[in-house]
Amino acid sequence: MSISSFAGVAPGADNGPGDSMERDLLVDFRGVTKSFVRHAGHGLLRQTLQAFFSSSGVDRFVALNNVSFTLSRGEGMAIVGRNGAGKSTLLSLVAGLSTPDGGSVRVRGRVGALLELGTGLHPDLTGRENLHLNAALMGLTRGETIEREPRMVEFAEIGDFIDEPLRTYSTGMMMRLAFAIAVYTSPEILIVDEVLAVGDARFQQKCHKRIQELRDEGCTFLFVSHVGGVVRDFCQRALWLDGGNVVKDGSCDEVLDAYEAAMNVSTTPSAASAP
Amino acid sequence: MSRWWKQVANVFWQLVLKDFRVRYRNMSLGMFWSLLNPLVMMAVLTFIFTRIFRSDVPNFPVFVLCGIVPFNFFSLSLLTGTTSLVDNANLIKRVAIPRTLVPFSTVIGNAMHTIIQMSLLLVFALAFGYMPNVHWLWLPVIWLLTIIFVCGLSLATAALNVIVRDMRYLVESTNVVLFWMVPIFYPFSAIPEDLRDVYQYNPVAALVLALRQIIMEDSSPASSLLVKLTVVSFASLFFGGLLFQRLQRRFYEHL
Repeated sequence: MSISSFAGVAPGADNGPGDSMERDLLVDFRGVTKSFVRHAGHGLLRQTLQAFFSSSGVDRFVALNNVSFTLSRGEGMAIVGRNGAGKSTLLSLVAGLSTPDGGSVRVRGRVGALLELGTGLHPDLTGRENLHLNAALMGLTRGETIEREPRMVEFAEIGDFIDEPLRTYSTGMMMRLAFAIAVYTSPEILIVDEVLAVGDARFQQKCHKRIQELRDEGCTFLFVSHVGGVVRDFCQRALWLDGGNVVKDGSCDEVLDAYEAAMNVSTTPSAASAP
Repeated sequence: MSRWWKQVANVFWQLVLKDFRVRYRNMSLGMFWSLLNPLVMMAVLTFIFTRIFRSDVPNFPVFVLCGIVPFNFFSLSLLTGTTSLVDNANLIKRVAIPRTLVPFSTVIGNAMHTIIQMSLLLVFALAFGYMPNVHWLWLPVIWLLTIIFVCGLSLATAALNVIVRDMRYLVESTNVVLFWMVPIFYPFSAIPEDLRDVYQYNPVAALVLALRQIIMEDSSPASSLLVKLTVVSFASLFFGGLLFQRLQRRFYEHL
């Protein structure tokens, strides 16, 4: 097993000495459970001490409950679900940012950063400086960054602004830059989080084209979306999460149809998902 | 060099650069601030301890600068190192880079400012008639040991600061105490005999003493001091790393 990136394997993930995973299986979740401690505010000393000395169990919030799925090379999977369904938690596990409490998470291959608008870009740095920083964070070497820089700049279409501080950028420009960096770092697994909803129609089209190219190169996708026609174009599969549980895992159309139907019908916040 | 090391080196360098750029981007005086702070401190302390409290230390400006430069490095790099994970939360919440790189890059960035301040110290030493000598070769060695010490300490405080945010204020208070507990404006000989051994275990104090021995007394640092500095530095790196390792599973949840 080659770990081509430090983003490659989740810390604590079981890579095993042998090559127990199939060659093309990039993500393998088995019975994954993840919960968070509820803390009002952040870990203040008083609360930490209280938690330390009180014998009663801490209040935990289950973000993912017994989630299993696999993802193979070149597959695109949409993850749908309402806010708080556990989508971000699932992505953080794929990206190796956190470790599961139960079950096993195996991820092989270089995972592109979570694409969330504006994060990871520093307002006081110029576009180009941000480009170099983010490319490094996403696992490019210095040589690779320099080699791909022109393509990234061209794709982002922000002209002379590339050498201006990021705080002078419009939201659309920031998004284009972030997207350009992400798609040209050529990750093996790319996580796209709602980003495609932003930008004008022409840029969106360009993004779609680039995603198609990446797919042809064998890139694996995880799309996070509440809903949308775009995901149907790129994903063969979809996973519907609610309250940390997998409601449905199947073909994209099938799951999305069911999800959309449930969302339209449901008016009460909690009852919607359970079939 | 394997690809992994190239990636790590690139991230590390980009993080150091980012700290540098962000710090000076909106300042008209830029790098000059790195010189201004020790100069002002030196002037004030020299005034107080030569005109108000009469100190019999010769060449007081050089003497006090030997104290200010290590103290500045320690206090600033420990403070920024402590807050580094929280300050860079938006970066490290997205990608699984080795988290140790964040406090390390912050400390190394501060060490670069120290090069500027050390140049200032050496210029003053020359101006006061201290000639470069072979013992100056010890300077990089003792600085390296101190940097290792601060790296280790920052690993511990940065990790703790993620989970308990008051670490930052603890470090700030410690820095204030340390200003008095490190022989910055008083000589080592003024410390009661029975406390001197203990003093040498403080790497910042050890660095100050070593700088004075090298620059002002034309001698190599005492071997007992070097041994203590080495032991404390590597112990700090080891235990800091251990604590960091144990706490980093919880970072994502707390950032």
